[in-house]
Amino acid sequence: MATPRVVIVGAGPAGVRAAETFVAAGLRPIVVDEARAAGGQIYRRQPANFRRTSRELYGSEAAKADDLHRTFERLRDHIEHRSESLAWNLRDGRLHVVRDDVSEAVAFDALVVASGATDRVFPVPGWTRPGVYTLGAAQIALKAQGCAIGARIVFAGTGPLLYLVAAQYLKAGAKIAAVVDSSSLGDSLRGLPGMAALPKVLLRGALLMAELRLAGVPIVQSAVPVAFDGDDSGVTVARFRRADGRELVFDCDAVGFGHHLRAETQLADLAGCDFAFDAVKRQWLPVVDDHGRSSVDGVYLAGDGVRLAGADAAEISGALAARATLADLGIATDERETRALLARQRRLFRFRDGVFTAFPWPGARLAETFPDDGLVCRCEAITAGALRHTVTGMGAPEVNRAKSFSRVGMGRCQGRFCGLASAEIVAAAGGFPIDAVGRLRGQAPVKPLPASTRTAP
Amino acid sequence: MKIEQADVVIIGGGFMGAASAFFLAERGRSVVLLDADMVGRQASGTNFGNVRRQGRPINQLPLAGRSRRIWGEIPRRLGEDVEFVQRGHLRVCWAEEIAADYETYAAEAHAHDLDLELLSRAELRRRFEYLSPEIHAGSFAPIDGHANPRLAAPAFARAATRLGAVVHERTRAISALKIGDDFEVVTDTGRVIRAPVCLVTAGAWAAPFAASFGETVPYVVKGPQMSVTEPAPYVVGPSIGVSTKIPDEVVYFRQVTRGNIVIGGPRHGPASTETFRASVLPENTLVQLDGMRRLVPMIARLRVIRVWSGIECYLPDSQPVMGPSLRVPGLFYAFGFSGAGFQLGPGVGDVMAELIDTGRTDCPIEPFSVARFSNAPPID
Repeated sequence: MATPRVVIVGAGPAGVRAAETFVAAGLRPIVVDEARAAGGQIYRRQPANFRRTSRELYGSEAAKADDLHRTFERLRDHIEHRSESLAWNLRDGRLHVVRDDVSEAVAFDALVVASGATDRVFPVPGWTRPGVYTLGAAQIALKAQGCAIGARIVFAGTGPLLYLVAAQYLKAGAKIAAVVDSSSLGDSLRGLPGMAALPKVLLRGALLMAELRLAGVPIVQSAVPVAFDGDDSGVTVARFRRADGRELVFDCDAVGFGHHLRAETQLADLAGCDFAFDAVKRQWLPVVDDHGRSSVDGVYLAGDGVRLAGADAAEISGALAARATLADLGIATDERETRALLARQRRLFRFRDGVFTAFPWPGARLAETFPDDGLVCRCEAITAGALRHTVTGMGAPEVNRAKSFSRVGMGRCQGRFCGLASAEIVAAAGGFPIDAVGRLRGQAPVKPLPASTRTAP
Repeated sequence: MKIEQADVVIIGGGFMGAASAFFLAERGRSVVLLDADMVGRQASGTNFGNVRRQGRPINQLPLAGRSRRIWGEIPRRLGEDVEFVQRGHLRVCWAEEIAADYETYAAEAHAHDLDLELLSRAELRRRFEYLSPEIHAGSFAPIDGHANPRLAAPAFARAATRLGAVVHERTRAISALKIGDDFEVVTDTGRVIRAPVCLVTAGAWAAPFAASFGETVPYVVKGPQMSVTEPAPYVVGPSIGVSTKIPDEVVYFRQVTRGNIVIGGPRHGPASTETFRASVLPENTLVQLDGMRRLVPMIARLRVIRVWSGIECYLPDSQPVMGPSLRVPGLFYAFGFSGAGFQLGPGVGDVMAELIDTGRTDCPIEPFSVARFSNAPPID
């Protein structure tokens, strides 16, 4: 057999470790990534002329970030790195990659998709106001550009990122008006046994919260966003409702919000991978084995795009997916090392499930109370009322039908940001179980494709 | 087993089936409409959305004219808006020889109440300044337009339901037999529908039903290759297509009122009646963008946000099968619209309802008879 052509999508922790594994086995993988430099979202590099240290950029994770970056530098001569390139389509064993308006079909024998995750958001009335960001976007502004999203910020939602971003902003000198978490003390306690799988990480999280408290930042649990009010120039007030019905109001000039993570699964979808509803993470995810083999021969999935277990787990799942690829290509790998990676991965998955339990998605509750005139789909400007009408007035029993009638999920984001919330609203409006309303079918392009795109000569 | 009795059982809830159900219900006939998935989800819901008469074979123009009148009445008759806009349909060409064809066609179309304006390059430049200056000539049909295919067939089915028709979605007809005076249609959900009239409007799934009654209809199944851009300021107006003898030059587009530009052509992609899936080949999207940039250079500034396809069937002569069976009394067909059925939907429903209800129609549909594929004599 000729040297197998292996392609990796994503140069974050999973993609880099997959590349490292392939190179060690003597292959020369192609690494396709949207960013200019490797590192992914978590270990994102700062622009060329910025001079912050790793410690300043990545905090407690600086050593891991440095190691990943160094690893990638070492691999550079042994891989084909296609940076600033979008894998926009996938069909018949060929990945279609566009860069600078030129699209090239890249044939592969094996594909490792390490496409990462985005914020999971449930819309809040006023969420499209200037000054309102997702937690991930707030973090990118800080990490990449050294910019804060505001001077007096409310962070809201739930998940580890809520506290991490707040702490990073605090350190950067921003005033944090409040951190408002929708999860309850009961949720935290239920998640504790799972999170105890990684005591050190758990402790780091507790220290973050202590740091915020020590600095006088109000931390509120069991409160959900009601509205981000303001005027044309932006958000000025963030309103919340506590479990006991009382309202909380914070003055602010910016909001960062999000409810943990959702996987970027479009490529797995275009590849034809089977999906299943994951009740713990409350989203549809591609079906994979422990190693990352999908239901489609030659397609392997790794990292937060399928596991949602964070950066450490992404490194492991990247290495495991590459090992599975090698094994399936008939290239021997060290079984013992694979077993050790699997054991470590199991612990990280226990921790992950604890995190999802401790910071649950409040979508089902919010879907009941979200107002009819609130925007669900910000791309197409579709309200919850219009979406509910597709169920109650037009007979839509599932999300693709609701999309087709209402346009929710038909805009620039193709449902990546409104899809999970709209599923909850459809389910609540019709009284359907969430897994019965299905998921928005993925359609190319993975992200908007410039109409100026030409076929590579 | 649940047995339902009706005047008419319709197999296939695409646009043709849904519109037929509506007009039959308007005529007081009891109807059961069956769809394997959901109404209007296949070819009827995924097509380009052209409400055009221009460019059709001349023998389709009476039917298309009847349909066009109904398009204008949809909000009143259905109580729902399907986003039909009468913004015209424009054909343009790169080659001089095609411009000559426009003149011939316009003369023939005039006899069927389709009035066309022939436009020179200079007039095109003045009226449609976003088009390429290289275009040779155009032909404009001012009272054609476009509509939202995702809404049209479901709106007809809901209106039919309000008039008493029964619509069973996610209910697949697995066999249709004539037993005595009634057809008996057995479904995969255990429902059995009996009716003295059976109308097959099952699109790409229709041939096996016709074959089971001894009538062979040859067609190929394939999918249109559609894409849509992000929204842009509303400037386009008509739906616009290139006429050409060079297959890869075909491209057509329209802009919806909220700004997105929908693009189709030139190629087709694979579609499967077994998996109910059709796909857009990545290469086809790129070829489409090449054609679109040539036609509307400024499109290059926009981004494509989604592509899609659907399951269509194409007959050898690009004409539908429409009308009564030649072999089985009470059996009717309306399928095989060969990628050009959307505009005809309301008219087909109206004509089929008239035919079934009264036994005749003024609309000349003989050219679409199944007879052209069958030499077998009728049974009685």
